Amino acid sequence: MATKASRAAARVMISPAVLLLLGWMIVPLALTLYFSFLRYNLLMPGMEEFTGWDNYSYFLSDPAFTAALTNTLLLVGGVLLITTVGGVLLGLLLDQPFWGQGIVRILVIAPFFVMPTVSALVWKNMFMNPVNGLFAHAFKALGLAPYDFLSQAPLLSIIGIVSWQWLPFATLILLTALQSLDQDQLEAAEMDGASALSRFWYIMLPHLARSITVVILIQTIFLLSVFAEILVTTNGGPGTASTNLTYLIYMQSLLQFDVGMGSAGGVVAIILANIVAIFLMRMIGKNLEA
Amino acid sequence: MGRITLDKVTKSFGEVNVIPPLDLTIEDGEFVVFVGPSGCGKSTLLRLIAGLEDVSSGQIRIDGKDATDMPPAKRGLAMVFQSYALYPHMSVRKNIAFPMKMAGLPQDEQDRRINAAASALNLTAYLDRRPGQLSGGQRQRVAIGRAIVREPSAFLFDEPLSNLDAALRVGMRLEIMELHKRLDTTMIYVTHDQVEAMTMADKIVVLQAGYIEQVGSPLELYHSPRNEFVAGFIGSPKMNLLRGEVAAQHGAATIGVRPEHLAVSTSEGQWPARVGVAEHLGSDTFLHVHDHGFNDAPMTVRVDGEMPVKHGDRIFLTPDPSKIHRFDKQGLRI
Ligand SMILES: Nc1ncnc2c1ncn2[C@@H]1O[C@H](COP(=O)(O)OP(=O)(O)OP(=O)(O)O)[C@@H](O)[C@H]1O
Ligand SMILES: [Mg+2]
Repeated sequence: MATKASRAAARVMISPAVLLLLGWMIVPLALTLYFSFLRYNLLMPGMEEFTGWDNYSYFLSDPAFTAALTNTLLLVGGVLLITTVGGVLLGLLLDQPFWGQGIVRILVIAPFFVMPTVSALVWKNMFMNPVNGLFAHAFKALGLAPYDFLSQAPLLSIIGIVSWQWLPFATLILLTALQSLDQDQLEAAEMDGASALSRFWYIMLPHLARSITVVILIQTIFLLSVFAEILVTTNGGPGTASTNLTYLIYMQSLLQFDVGMGSAGGVVAIILANIVAIFLMRMIGKNLEA
Repeated sequence: MGRITLDKVTKSFGEVNVIPPLDLTIEDGEFVVFVGPSGCGKSTLLRLIAGLEDVSSGQIRIDGKDATDMPPAKRGLAMVFQSYALYPHMSVRKNIAFPMKMAGLPQDEQDRRINAAASALNLTAYLDRRPGQLSGGQRQRVAIGRAIVREPSAFLFDEPLSNLDAALRVGMRLEIMELHKRLDTTMIYVTHDQVEAMTMADKIVVLQAGYIEQVGSPLELYHSPRNEFVAGFIGSPKMNLLRGEVAAQHGAATIGVRPEHLAVSTSEGQWPARVGVAEHLGSDTFLHVHDHGFNDAPMTVRVDGEMPVKHGDRIFLTPDPSKIHRFDKQGLRI
């Protein structure tokens, strides 16, 4: 994209797609904005009226909102931490030559293909169930009292489940990045006297920086809207211990039939997501340049 | 110091035996060039010396010490890769400093060596750039700089100039030779390039399929190749190898005559022939000569650039009798 002509051509070529996407986005966004200023409850049809900022002030002053906000950030941050660190480690492991490499690689990718609802159900009933779960059996076998993960550490459990789903994605991206690292560089570093740890720190990690950025950006987008896992396992509880913003909005608009309040929550979520995005771009976006 | 001895070294990759038992001694301060056809094991041999590959059997000694099982960093050798292998996310300065940083040298010593290397290699203006912002020749110099600052006992080069254009290659070749004269450190240099091998080497090692065909100074190899393979490999254009009756006349199975040892005349001479393609280089012209009646392959003859011959002309070739190389049935020199 060097010349003026090619830049102009590029703009013309992508404009249909951009316009289509814009329209697709603008209509629901405008409707949400519109609803967020209405008193609009599905239990009282035909009673919609303009209420100004009321929905927003109720939503933001709800104690559940602060809890949901913290939970959202903890969930996103926790999963990002586990998946990037775990992804790098798994990537390093899978990059080593070993017998059965092909099969293991496919197996590692598998969790990514399991639907969130299904995997959450499996985790809930097969692993974390305090009576029949495998973890409970393992605890009992060790002579410990079974631990009720989903009621005693609900958010941590959900972070675990979601991390399990996203770890393959991170691993896959980081593994391909590792494979694209020029072997000569590692050998040169070896000759230069770098230990395995130094080689990782000074050569591999900088090489991975860009892919880690991509992993973080893409995952953040999806993790901000985690929903199915919460609905299936804890229903946001106990209390609001595992309610994130998405789930709070769902509760407002569909469990309490308050479309106006739900829309206000949606707008708040959009703003928050953008703030997170700006932060992320500031912090790590420079890795994508050059 | 940098005396490297290979003692019955072999290397196999799985079933494939790349290096059969091989003995070689490289003296301290020598400039040794490994040449040979592609896939003959030059890089493998260099990597064995560097420690980047493990030997299958045999022993490698550096300055008398057994280095066979030493990790690469401990051998005190520095390697310059064909792909340069610079660290792309580090500035030139950091690249050059990296081995010293790993060795834990004090900062002022690091700076002193960086500045010395940078001025010796004309890199001072580029120290704060990334490798991606440098030309090929500059990158190669950074790679050499990174090797120099370690003050190794020997340098290993694996086709370091093959990614450069012809003019730059000549310049870098001279720089490396200059460096060798100044540092007086052992250098082992792998190349495809005839000219590089002939001009740079104190000692050339000709390899074929992992075997050492001959070791000697460039002129030894040129004047008395030990066998047909070396005769055909050293020298550019290649030596003409003739078999059959003409060889029998000289009491050999094969005789070899270099293109520069054939006199050409349009009127008289020993071997009549017909001119095919002529390659004009200005100072010289290489004639590809057909119908000489020996074998089907054309012979190559070097004549003066002014020689007025053209495609299809009849000419006569006369070999310089003192410059005829004779080989027996096994291809060995008689
Ligand atoms: N890791 C490896 N596994 C299996 N075979 C290998 C490996 N590395 C090299 N070889 C084989 O060893 C032989 C020698 O390879 P090497 O790279 O040393 O050749 P080379 O002389 O450097 O060739 P070139 O001039 O093309 O660089 C080749 O036949 C190659 O196929
Ligand atoms: Mg090679």
